[in-house]
Amino acid sequence: MLPVRKHQPSPQKQEVTETRIAAMQMPDGGAWATEARGAAVARVRKAGLPARRDEYWKFTRPDSLTQVEAPDAALFDAGDEIVFGSIDALKIVFVDGVFDAEASDDLSLEGVTIERLADAGAKDIHWARDLYGVLEERGQSHVDRPLAALNTAYAGDGIVLHVTGRVSKPISLIYHHKSKTSDAMLHHLVKLEEGAEMTLLESGPAAARFNKVMEVDVADEASFHHVRVQGRDHERRAVTHLFGRLGRESSFKSFTMTANGVMTRNEAVLELTGDDATAHVAGAAMGDGDFHHDDTVFVTHDAERCESRQVFKKVLRNGATGVFQGKILVKPGAQKTDGYQISQSLLLDEDSQFLVKPELEIYADDVACSHGSTSGAIDEDAMFYLRARGVPREIATDLLTLAFLAEAVEEVADEALRDEVVVLLEGWLVRRRG
Amino acid sequence: MLEIKNLHVDLEEEEKTILKGVDLTVEAGKVHAIMGPNGSGKSTLSYVLSGRDGYEVTEGSATLEGEDILEMEPEERAAAGLFLAFQYPVEIPGVGNMTFMRTAVNAQRKARGQEEMSATDFLKEVRAKAKDLKIDADMLKRPVNVGFSGGEKKRNEILQMAMLEPKMCILDETDSGLDVDAMKLVAEGVNALRSEGRGFLVITHYQRLLDHIKPDVVHIMSEGRIVKTGGPELALEVEKNGYTDIVAEVA
Repeated sequence: MLPVRKHQPSPQKQEVTETRIAAMQMPDGGAWATEARGAAVARVRKAGLPARRDEYWKFTRPDSLTQVEAPDAALFDAGDEIVFGSIDALKIVFVDGVFDAEASDDLSLEGVTIERLADAGAKDIHWARDLYGVLEERGQSHVDRPLAALNTAYAGDGIVLHVTGRVSKPISLIYHHKSKTSDAMLHHLVKLEEGAEMTLLESGPAAARFNKVMEVDVADEASFHHVRVQGRDHERRAVTHLFGRLGRESSFKSFTMTANGVMTRNEAVLELTGDDATAHVAGAAMGDGDFHHDDTVFVTHDAERCESRQVFKKVLRNGATGVFQGKILVKPGAQKTDGYQISQSLLLDEDSQFLVKPELEIYADDVACSHGSTSGAIDEDAMFYLRARGVPREIATDLLTLAFLAEAVEEVADEALRDEVVVLLEGWLVRRRG
Repeated sequence: MLEIKNLHVDLEEEEKTILKGVDLTVEAGKVHAIMGPNGSGKSTLSYVLSGRDGYEVTEGSATLEGEDILEMEPEERAAAGLFLAFQYPVEIPGVGNMTFMRTAVNAQRKARGQEEMSATDFLKEVRAKAKDLKIDADMLKRPVNVGFSGGEKKRNEILQMAMLEPKMCILDETDSGLDVDAMKLVAEGVNALRSEGRGFLVITHYQRLLDHIKPDVVHIMSEGRIVKTGGPELALEVEKNGYTDIVAEVA
C-alpha cells in the first residue's frame, strides 16, 4: 500500500501561512483561473507553508521563502556574459517577474501558440484550464509542496505554450533582476500535443526572491527539452517547481546549471503515465561560502517499460551546502521500469557539506532501479599527475571540476546547447579563480 | 643536467627511511639506468624528484641545471624541464587527452614566459607525434588514460614527453606491463627523443628494456643507495646472475 498522509498544520504553522496569505493579492483573471486559484489557496492552508521541522525541509531552511517580505538581494553585474548567446531562439523577457514586451521578441513561432498567463485567464483556453494547477495538485499526492500551491494561487503572469508541432527554434525565457527588493512569482504552462517537440531555455536570476512553477504536459510521442541556467547572482533566493506528466513514448529532458545563490530549492516532480516514456533530469551546481543549493526530485513510474534518470552533481567550497533529495516511486504494475539515480558532490575543502536523501520505493516486481551517492575531494593522484605535467594546482582543480561535472553536462543532448553550457562553466571557473 | 647529492628521504607517514644517501649525476645527452631489486628505493627517487607529496627530504640536494628542484612545486619542476613517465599513468575520467596535453604544454610555456601554442599548431604537432607512436585519433579524444591498455598508457606517456620536450626525462618502470612489441614501440619513441641537450634516467627492474634503450651508464640500487656503477655490461651481469650476487659483493 502507498502511504497515506494524515496531518494538520500546527497552530504556529497556520499563523505563518495565514500571515503570508493575508499579504498576498490575487491577480485579476477570468473565471477558470479564479477557480483554480481558490482551490490552490485551500491546498496551501491544508498543508501549511513549510517549516524548519518538516521532514521534506530537513536540510533547507524555508523561512526566507515563506516569510512575507523577501530579503534584499544586491544586484549583480554579470559583465559581458550572455547566456545562450550563440543560440537562435525566440526571446521572452521578464524583469523582476514583470513581462517586458519591448525586450521580448514577437510572440509568434510556427508549431506553437504563445500567450501570457496574464491574458490567458480572461480567455477560455480549455487546455490551459485543464492544466493550470492540475499537475501541481497531482504533485502534492505524496508530499506537500505548499510553495507550489502558493504560486498557483498568486502568480500573476507566466508563459502559456501550446505546442502542436515541431518548433523550429528554442523559446528562451530570460529573467532579469533589476530591483534588490523584488519578489516575483511566475507560473508557466506547457502543453505538447501528440508528436510535438520543443526546447525551452531559461536563464537569469529573476528577482531578489523568485517562486516559479512550470507545468509540462507531454502527450504521447512528444518530446520536451529544457535547459536552465541560474546565474551568478549570489544573494537571490529561488524556489522552483517543475511538474511533468509524460505520455506513451514521450521524452522529457531537463538540465539545470547553477552557480552561486544563497538559497535555491529546485523541485522536479515527474510522472510517467504512458508506457515506454523517458524522463531525464539533471543538474550541475557550484558555489562558495553561504551557497545553499537543494535539488529535490520525485519521479513516479506508473506505466511499463519507462526509463528515468536523475544525475546531480555539486561542487562545493568554503562552507557551501548542497542538498539532494531524490526519489523513485514505482507503482504496482509499472513493470520493466528502468530507474537510475546518482548524486555526487565534489568537496573542495573540509568546511563544505553535501546532504543527501536518496529513496527508492518499489511496488512492482520486475524492475531495475539503482541509485548511488558519493562525496569526495579532488583525486590527489590525478592532481599530482596534472601538476607533474606542468599544470598549476588551480588550473588542475578547474579541469578536474569540469571533469566531475561532465556526466551531468552530458545530459544536455543538443550539441550546441551543451557547448554553451561548457563555455559558461569554463567562464565561471576562470572568474572564480580571479 | 641532473645532480643528486647525498639524498636522504623518509616517508612522511611512517618512521621509515627509504633513501639513505643517493649520489648520482646525469649529464646532458646521456642515458643513465638505475636497476635494483624491489623495494630498493628506485620509484621513491622518481617521486621525490618530481615532487610527490608524502616524502620528506632529510639531507642532501637535487639540482636541475644548477637549480634546486626540491624547493619547487611539481608544476615548477615540470616547467623547469623535468619529466616523469609514470609507472602507473593516472586515469582521469572527464578530461580529454588532447585538452590535457594542450593545457600542460601551454601552462609550461606560460611559466617560461613563452607564447602559448595556437590550437592549430598544437593539433598539427600532436597528430604528427601521435602517428609515430601509433596513437590513433580516438586515443587522443578519449579521457586521459581511461580504458587504455597498459601499452597504450605507456605510449601516451611518451607522447606527452615528446610534446613537452623536457630537458631531463625520468622513466619509472616504463617496461612494466608491456609485451615485446609494445616495449619496442615505446623504446623507439624514447630513442627518437635522445639528443645532445637531454638527459635520461631509466628506472627498471629488468635488463630487457635496456636492450632497446641503450644506456651509457648503469647504476645498481639497493637499500636506498647506489651500490655499484658501470657500463651497459653491468645490466647484462644482473640479467645473468640476479641482484643477490652484486649486492652481496659490495656489502
